[in-house]
Amino acid sequence: MAFSHSPTLYRARRRRNHLTMGLAFAATTFGLAWLVLVLGELFWKGFSGLNLAVFTQMTPPPGSAGGLLNPIAGSLIMTFVAVLIGTPLGILAGTYMAEYGRYEKTTMVVRFINDILLSAPSIVIGLFIYEIMVAQMGHFSGWAGAVALAVIVVPVVVRTTEDMLTLVPDTLREAAASIGLPRSLMITKVAYRAARAGMITGVLLAIARISGETAPLLFTALNNQFWSLDMNAPVSSLPVVIFQFALSPFKDWQQLAWTGALIITLAVLALSIIARLLAAQRKTS
Amino acid sequence: MSVASFTTPTPTAISSPASAERQTEKVSIRDLDFFYGDNHALKDINVPLYLNQVTAFIGPSGCGKSTLLRVLNRMYDLYPNQRATGDVRLDDDDILSPSQDLNLLRAKVGMVFQKPTPFPMTIYENIAFGIRLYERLAKSELDDRVKHCLERAALWDEVKDKMNANGLSLSGGQQQRLCIARTVAVRPEVILFDEPCSALDPISTAKIEELIDELKEDYTIAIVTHNMQQAARVSDFTAFMYLGELVEFGETTTIFTTPSDRRTQDYITGRFG
Repeated sequence: MAFSHSPTLYRARRRRNHLTMGLAFAATTFGLAWLVLVLGELFWKGFSGLNLAVFTQMTPPPGSAGGLLNPIAGSLIMTFVAVLIGTPLGILAGTYMAEYGRYEKTTMVVRFINDILLSAPSIVIGLFIYEIMVAQMGHFSGWAGAVALAVIVVPVVVRTTEDMLTLVPDTLREAAASIGLPRSLMITKVAYRAARAGMITGVLLAIARISGETAPLLFTALNNQFWSLDMNAPVSSLPVVIFQFALSPFKDWQQLAWTGALIITLAVLALSIIARLLAAQRKTS
Repeated sequence: MSVASFTTPTPTAISSPASAERQTEKVSIRDLDFFYGDNHALKDINVPLYLNQVTAFIGPSGCGKSTLLRVLNRMYDLYPNQRATGDVRLDDDDILSPSQDLNLLRAKVGMVFQKPTPFPMTIYENIAFGIRLYERLAKSELDDRVKHCLERAALWDEVKDKMNANGLSLSGGQQQRLCIARTVAVRPEVILFDEPCSALDPISTAKIEELIDELKEDYTIAIVTHNMQQAARVSDFTAFMYLGELVEFGETTTIFTTPSDRRTQDYITGRFG
């Protein structure tokens, strides 16, 4: 039987291909357009208020000049403490799930619960920490804020740690075992090393995630108009200040809110870029 | 490596006839059964590994050759629902005993895998890592040992100027020799090769085969291979396995010239598998 082309069939397929490609482009453009608009507005309004005072002065009362030093410092400290609490917990749990308990039922349950926690509304986490820390201590505090953020960090780190360790091929574990390495060293010296870039990426993504969180801080760290690094007292943070200032009727507060939003966006952008670079490095090594 | 050994592979079994009567059993496997869950993968296996001899395991895919190898260093213990019963001994040590120290066992029974698996660290560290596990050596001694192991694996000349390069930067054949050096570094008594050349080009394969021939002076070797010429070239004894059973075991020359079982005959002449 001779093979014969059907030109009409081929042309129809080409037309469908062009149509689908066109739709895909249109959808991408539509999505990106909003991003460009939002970022454009943010950069336009944010950059105009960006000056040295933002980084050296405290949040002002309405009508006077000031900066964002106290919320920047507060955000940095609370993020730092949150990562300090959340990362070891997340890495240990992720390690258990990928290495020791990979075939256990517990792991499936933990993974399921972790996924719920991952998508839990952050305001619920804020309320939860309010209940167990703020209400018990009788006052808002930086510690409560950091713990609330840590609760957001943990599931992200658990997830990426487990995923990255699962990507480490079993042959590498067998190779480690084959020279008589005990399991603990197999994990810390071989598996962690192979998964390192991905695990660091997870922590960076967690930082990016919490640096914009407002809701959990409203109920925990609250806010502080003055310079305070006392973690037992209310601590200021960028997202809460942005929230408060953006809602205010005062022009100079609104300007500071734009600038604060720009600072967070740039910080998150930088973290994402670093995370991407690390991920790319992982693929080539 | 000499060119001659590559172009005219001489079956070792012919050049130095090995006979089963005069051999010492380094590893003895008796009445071994192995299960993946309910799947009975090895059935009543009885076979020895003779001291300082190369034993090849051949057979079609899924016949249980690799499974058998993974019993000898209890590698299957890393996974759930896999179990072995029977009497498997390294000298007089009961390998399957629940009280067996797996780390010490694996230091004595090394393994080289199908795919090269260097650790994600420098070439030097790939070797030194294993040595440090069991021995406390001064820096200079350690350097000597690393060098010795790399020489043993015929890799030293190629890597001596880049000891701090990542092990993964080497070619496939070099990586496999690095893995052999790493295995030798912990001073094993037995080395298991699980299809060590199936991911390598012919020249790298020839190097590894030559290496195996040299290593048997000091180690007892078992090799699983899909390549029957390779089995004929490198081994003194050959075991043919089929569907989880050991069909025939004997001197390589005998197996390849006058097999006593019909299935062995069919397999080595390429009628199935």
